[in-house]
Amino acid sequence: MAEAAESPGDPGTASPRPLFAGLSDISISQDIPIEGEITIPVRSRIRESDSSTLNESVRNTIMRDLKAVGKKFMHVLYPRKSNTLLRDWDLWGPLILCVTLALMLQRGSVDGEKDGGPQFAEVFVIVWFGAVTITLNSKLLGGNISFFQSLCVLGYCILPLTVAMLVCRLVLLAEPGPVNFMVRLFVVIVMFVWSIVASTAFLADSQPPNRKALAVYPVFLFYFVISWMILTFTPQ
Amino acid sequence: MAAADGLAFHEFEEATNLLAETPDAATTSKSDQLTPQGHVVVAVGSGGSYGVEEEVEEEGDKTALLQEEKPQPGFWTFSYYQSFFDVDTSQVLDRIKGSLLPRPGYNFVRHHLRNRPDLYGPFWICATLAFVLAVTGNLTLVLAQRRDPSVHYSPQFHKVTVAGITIYCYAWLVPLALWGFLRWRKGVRERVGPYTFLETVCIYGYSLFIFIPTVVLWLIPVPWLQWLFGALALALSAAGLVFTLWPVVREDTRLVAAVLLSAVVVLHALLAMGCKLYFFQPLPPEHVVPPSKATALPPNILLTPTMSRSMATS
Repeated sequence: MAEAAESPGDPGTASPRPLFAGLSDISISQDIPIEGEITIPVRSRIRESDSSTLNESVRNTIMRDLKAVGKKFMHVLYPRKSNTLLRDWDLWGPLILCVTLALMLQRGSVDGEKDGGPQFAEVFVIVWFGAVTITLNSKLLGGNISFFQSLCVLGYCILPLTVAMLVCRLVLLAEPGPVNFMVRLFVVIVMFVWSIVASTAFLADSQPPNRKALAVYPVFLFYFVISWMILTFTPQ
Repeated sequence: MAAADGLAFHEFEEATNLLAETPDAATTSKSDQLTPQGHVVVAVGSGGSYGVEEEVEEEGDKTALLQEEKPQPGFWTFSYYQSFFDVDTSQVLDRIKGSLLPRPGYNFVRHHLRNRPDLYGPFWICATLAFVLAVTGNLTLVLAQRRDPSVHYSPQFHKVTVAGITIYCYAWLVPLALWGFLRWRKGVRERVGPYTFLETVCIYGYSLFIFIPTVVLWLIPVPWLQWLFGALALALSAAGLVFTLWPVVREDTRLVAAVLLSAVVVLHALLAMGCKLYFFQPLPPEHVVPPSKATALPPNILLTPTMSRSMATS
């Protein structure tokens, strides 16, 4: 997108020809998000200047990262247009969420059923390769978000679905019945919509406006597949 | 300045080439092709009127120019693949509509693709179809369990893998074979060139779109209705393929043309039938209602209190 924003400017000012005359009417300040810079997280520069992180206790290091992860969880749970998730991206949160989800979703190894739910590796592969594919798709369509920023956003927005998985497992401890299923269905649908809204709030601005739907649809498909895996989970 | 002059002259040539290739193109050029501004509009075709899109059009136009002047970016660069995703939402929707309603006169490649194939459509339509197949196939198992409580429900996750591999292999290997065959027969036909590999992939990818709503409609547990929907979708899809391939094989000998077109249709029918038979096993017959239940079970309501009763009694 940065290239498209620059290109009308350069020919228009360099060579005033009738060929590019119409471009001077185009205002480049509206609707084109010139944001989402690909920056090194500010934290690392502070670390290098302090040079004290080697000497601090392990507890401090872990708590700092955990606090950063927790802050981003809050941003996902109450999504509003802010740049925190994009600016200080990290992949710890997505890893924690993916491992938790995969551990809860895997079928037990004792039963010999060949057509059960997904294994740990299948969930892991679907989440990470799904996120990578969506990121590549978004970049190929011309989005101005960096690779890891997009992975970070997609991974963090699995949080509502992980919460849904926890709730479903608790609900499944009760006796089976239609109420059981309806509660699970309702929770999964609400969390699915929450995930989509949260990720769209962060990702949609990075695309040109005539391709937003093309970039958002794979995200919808991704969270739909994860929701389906959560909903069809049956304990053995 | 001299470079800019040379730039303008090349653009003019490009415009006439494009117009000659697509005589029935529904472009909205504000002026005739002699002025460069009209050329900017012709290059992309049916699009919206966003200010951003105009810049993107111009950008795509300039890259097309540059590609004429110097060799294309190598396949190891990112911009090479970016050129295959140079589509807008409206263009993708237009291509999907074109594949849903094939008409004998309109060639999908010339009319809808305008010789600018994309990879977005084929890739995501195949992904959607694979997941929808697996999900609806699983839903029929839920329906089967409602009718016959002895059927054990399981998520059947391995079917996602099977569906994905089948659909992607079909949508990418069959166009490869077709493209290879058409190029081999290129010597026989002089007038009409074969489609490029990406255009063939686009044809097949977009033709699979109609199966997505068909697969969802296959949830209705009425057998003759399922076969009717399947036949309808197959007819539309195969018709689209045949109408698109006809101008290319028309020049060839009749035998080769007939064999090729019938092979295309037969492969498509095999895919449709294979998916139907593997993912949608026939439901068990309506079982005898246990005497505790008094009401009949309506077949197309998924979640009713009877499901809990059947689970409780099993």
